Amino acid sequence: MSEVLLEVKDLKKHFPIRRGFLRRRAGAVRAVDGISLQVMAGETLGVVGESGCGKSTMGRSILRLVEPTSGSLKFQNRDVMAMNKSELRAARREMQIVFQDPYASLNPRYTVAQTLSEPMEIHGLHDSAARRKRVESILDRVGLDPSYSRRFPHEFSGGQRQRIGIARALILNPKLMILDEPVAALDVSVQSQVINLLEDLQQDFNLTYIFVAHDLSVVKHISNRVLVMYLGRMAELASSYDLFSNPLHPYTRALLSAVPVPNPRAKRERIILQGDLPSPANPPSGCVFHTRCPLAQDICTQKVPEWREADANHFVACHLA
Amino acid sequence: MLSSSFAQDQAEEISLETLIERPKFMRRFWKATTTKIGVILLSFLILFSFVGPLIYRHSAITSHLLHTLQPPSARFPLGTDSLGHNVLAQMMVGGQSSLEVGFASAFCAMIIGVLYGMTSGIFGGWLDIIMMRIVDVILSIPTIFILLFLNVVFLPNLWIMILILASTSWLGVSRLVRAEVLAIKNQVYVEAANALGASTWRIMVRYMLPNFLGTVLVAATLGIADAILAIAGLSFLGLGLPPPTPNWGGMLSDSMSYMFQNAWWLIYPPGLAILIAEVSINLIGDGLRDAIETRHR
Repeated sequence: MSEVLLEVKDLKKHFPIRRGFLRRRAGAVRAVDGISLQVMAGETLGVVGESGCGKSTMGRSILRLVEPTSGSLKFQNRDVMAMNKSELRAARREMQIVFQDPYASLNPRYTVAQTLSEPMEIHGLHDSAARRKRVESILDRVGLDPSYSRRFPHEFSGGQRQRIGIARALILNPKLMILDEPVAALDVSVQSQVINLLEDLQQDFNLTYIFVAHDLSVVKHISNRVLVMYLGRMAELASSYDLFSNPLHPYTRALLSAVPVPNPRAKRERIILQGDLPSPANPPSGCVFHTRCPLAQDICTQKVPEWREADANHFVACHLA
Repeated sequence: MLSSSFAQDQAEEISLETLIERPKFMRRFWKATTTKIGVILLSFLILFSFVGPLIYRHSAITSHLLHTLQPPSARFPLGTDSLGHNVLAQMMVGGQSSLEVGFASAFCAMIIGVLYGMTSGIFGGWLDIIMMRIVDVILSIPTIFILLFLNVVFLPNLWIMILILASTSWLGVSRLVRAEVLAIKNQVYVEAANALGASTWRIMVRYMLPNFLGTVLVAATLGIADAILAIAGLSFLGLGLPPPTPNWGGMLSDSMSYMFQNAWWLIYPPGLAILIAEVSINLIGDGLRDAIETRHR
């Protein structure tokens, strides 16, 4: 792991809430509220958090699929936020996304061949014979028979569709792939096949992954480093090993305690969080987690905890850790 | 943005055949008996109006003044009207203008509606609000009033008549298209196309259009029936296309005065023709809807 591929600084995405006839701005949902991180070339960064914590929005903001409210994005030392439309289009050859729902992410009216040659047409790559060849080789690479290229998405299973989605993202030879819960919609047996495929592809094509998920065991398996998000903010960031063996943030501990352990005799302490995720339109004062934190003290309600390096390469935002 | 290779691909891939997968589509379309009846009836009307005059060579506008208000006979199979016009010949020529106006105005309405609805749906925001409020305002005025007004202001020939009818019927199409665009815009596969770097134009032509063209086609087909009825209605009120060109609505209107002289041959033919046109087009429209909308749903 060497150079920095992607650098995110203080990324924010606030969705305005508009009310009334004149659609006046009445507030904002702070879906992503100040994310700063670096992604190294060739690594897999896992991003976990419960539903609605902004992890998917973060992934989409990095690609500017949703326009970030503020912050800076540097991809291979180029300023993504400053790019105009055509520059961004060109840059998207290098950063791609695989979506969660393989049923919705493929155009039902396109054959597999059309879906897969579309990216090459958009970027004006190859002539049609070469495109066809490339489609066949990529299908083979993701474990599908090249003869499937004439079929429509509805003829495939979820796992097969997800492979098509991966092939589509891969066909432009990107450097960075954002995997937005790529296995969440699949059966467990198919999940492991797709995870293995993703790992193989990472090796072969020297890919960098940002792996968004809520399944901790999958994240633990595939990630080099893991970021824990809560209500649009960073809670903890550490290497996969450190995070799972020595979680510092009380939220991370609660998450980890929810992972089932395949040993009925294992003694473990479950931390059950009280209440619901607060509304990101009206986040709590101080540490956003204090409303549900079992260890919360006075300081937590008043002061926003700073992002600090508690251990070597182990970052956490908590007053108490 | 429209490079030549793109245009070519488009011609290849967006042709109606791939859109609705021709063989399967045709089979499903043809399956229903009602659709068959509709197609047969409409074909009959089209043949009658456009091929008929080539076989039955009698002038529709010559007055046989010695033979006014004649019941059907060997010489005049459908009799004559008060001015001694040959009713059968008039039915044929009248069918031409009725069908032409119906098809053409539905087609115009479809084009205007698609462009308007797509613009409104894709760009959204203030533009969308303003464009849709304009549609609401026009829709709130009774259609017949607009038609009468335009009819009086512009003395219509065939082309102006087509535009006048289209001016009220594109509204529904544009709402339909906008709704479809809004639904497709938020599909994940459109987001994926965005992530791949596709331009707005490309997304419109290659993702939106194929997805809603089926629905629009159904609406346009039913629009033909509405247009035929509208031109008949206007002619009945004494407007519509100016004489001497006959059309079914006008013939019906003229014959009203002779209803009590039992001149049934003046009333039934145009009335039945309008009825058959309406029924057949509606049957075809229903068949199209069934064939198109079962797909992927």
